[in-house]
Amino acid sequence: MLLEGKRALILGVANNKSIAYGIAKEFKEQGAQLAFNFLGDALKKRVEPICEELEGDFIFQCDVSSDEEIAAAAKLVEEKWGGVDIIVHSIGFADRKDLQGRFIETSRDGFKLAMDISAYSLTAVCGAFEHLLTDNASVITLSYYGAEKVITNYNVMGVAKAALEASVRYLAVDLGEKNVRINAISAGPIKTLAASGISGFRKILNYIEENAPQQRNVTTQDVGRSALYLASDLSSGVTGEVLHVDCGYHVVGIGVK
Amino acid sequence: MSVEAKVKQIIIEQLGVSEEEVKNEASFVEDLGADSLDLTELIMAMEEEFGVEIDDDDAQKILKVQDAYDYIAKQQ
Repeated sequence: MLLEGKRALILGVANNKSIAYGIAKEFKEQGAQLAFNFLGDALKKRVEPICEELEGDFIFQCDVSSDEEIAAAAKLVEEKWGGVDIIVHSIGFADRKDLQGRFIETSRDGFKLAMDISAYSLTAVCGAFEHLLTDNASVITLSYYGAEKVITNYNVMGVAKAALEASVRYLAVDLGEKNVRINAISAGPIKTLAASGISGFRKILNYIEENAPQQRNVTTQDVGRSALYLASDLSSGVTGEVLHVDCGYHVVGIGVK
Repeated sequence: MSVEAKVKQIIIEQLGVSEEEVKNEASFVEDLGADSLDLTELIMAMEEEFGVEIDDDDAQKILKVQDAYDYIAKQQ
């Protein structure tokens, strides 16, 4: 098994439609030990059954917009596990009103919020867990093509994802000193709880089905399998990378049907 | 299974309530204890089951069980 004996911290599961759930499921099948965070009671009651289903070791409250909560999580993980081999960061947030209409109208607060939770939190987590990351550990974050090109309504999240992908490159240098790798998966659109905040999401899914080379949308299992590669020793020489798991959509310029 | 029965089944599964509780006049939030994530999940489950897209404005008007029945019936 690819992840036998590895301890994987999964940040950002909301329900069994979550990308982080798809990843955790693949990890479990390959022998990883799992732990999950949640944010408040509304998510706790959703994460609990998932932790049970995937036989996770523990769950813990962690709001990634709080340095104190991240530090407390690192302390807890140190007590429980002593170290971490894999961190999956699958977290993002923007105000619903900033995910529609004109990007130019994004407020300062809306911009800060999206950047803080969707981009800065990766750096904050890496910083707080750095001393716990083992030799050849792997950090994975989730991005989207909206970081590179304009996607209607994605707006401030596209800018935050661009910052996230740039963060991966800078973090790769710092973490590389300890032989820790960090990569992003740029996943194609998936109908998750988070995606429900994006206007006209169904239209995006239909568009991908018609225009992606593989003529379908990705599933959380597709993403989970690629995450398996990045989490395991199969990718031991890969860091700072953004891996597109999008049925090839990112290579298409103009595809006239 | 009728549309109503299917919608009812989704409500029972998503909100973890009993069939008797899912009365036509029951409010998702007040009577069935749904939070905002529950409502979003409920909408998503209905979209998946019936192959429709329920936009935000419409979703916000689905407050009671009967509203969900009516909405899906209209879409069919």
